Amino acid sequence: MRHHLILRVITKLLLAPIILFALYVQFHGDYSPGGGFQAGVILAVAFILFGTVFSLEKVQRVLPPALVHRIMALGALIYAGTGVVSLFVGYNFLDYGALAHDPEHGQHLGILLVEGGVGITVTSVMISIYYAFAGRQPIISDQDW
Amino acid sequence: MMAIVGIAIIRTTRLFAVVMLSGVFSLLSALLFVTLDAVDVAFTEAAVGAGISTVLMLATIALTSRTEAKPTRSNVLPLFITVVTGIALVYGTLDMPSFGTPDAPIHTHLVPEYFERIPHEIGVPNIVTAILASYRGYDTLGETVVVFTAGIGVVLLIGGFGHRRRDEDDEEDNV
Repeated sequence: MRHHLILRVITKLLLAPIILFALYVQFHGDYSPGGGFQAGVILAVAFILFGTVFSLEKVQRVLPPALVHRIMALGALIYAGTGVVSLFVGYNFLDYGALAHDPEHGQHLGILLVEGGVGITVTSVMISIYYAFAGRQPIISDQDW
Repeated sequence: MMAIVGIAIIRTTRLFAVVMLSGVFSLLSALLFVTLDAVDVAFTEAAVGAGISTVLMLATIALTSRTEAKPTRSNVLPLFITVVTGIALVYGTLDMPSFGTPDAPIHTHLVPEYFERIPHEIGVPNIVTAILASYRGYDTLGETVVVFTAGIGVVLLIGGFGHRRRDEDDEEDNV
């Protein structure tokens, strides 16, 4: 894959803005359109783009598949764990008012945590699906399309 | 425009072009959602529909074949079912309030209450996020678990654990 010079340069330029935009969508989801699902997908796109243009081995050196599988479960656990915490403090399951003294702050914190969990799960699921597909066969040459 | 792209998808037999056209279709429907003021949905459609699923479809056709298979059965029954469903859907839209009416049920029923309650109960400016993450917390938890389950399913079925298994095979070969 030495010959895709333009693609490789543009990818290097784009990676940082994509990740930054994903974080913006993630943490600005309270104020503007966006949230965990969208941010997770955008963040996964950064890794998938890197893996497509460079090679699967390089992206798997950054994020090994075994780690991605664990992160996948971690996201869902963060979400459910937020609910369990409020359960133990004496509120209903997923009632974020439990997380701070002021219910409104608790709601903020809860939404942040929950969206974080969603984002983590979606990112790692997308990346691991991509790994599963792309790891099956060597990359086909351009002429084969 | 969406109809034109849809017809083009049906007419094309090269799957690469079909995948690209379905990406275009997703982007167009995202524009439609923006017109309907559903910015969050449009965002998701553009990111998931046009972005990720196009890449995944490309990865899939890289694994399988690159042209469409010839249909083996007759097209009459599927065509009949599609036409009947289409007519039923169009008939359903006749009952819907026209575009932008202020007295549509969604503006008179539940939404005003959300608008009234969210600023002092949640304090989050984006109403959609507040509803999604707080009032509909269970649903979103369910969605997250569904995504998680889908990931596990794909990994188990087509082998994200393949590397590990290959290593074990190598060890057995060595023994």
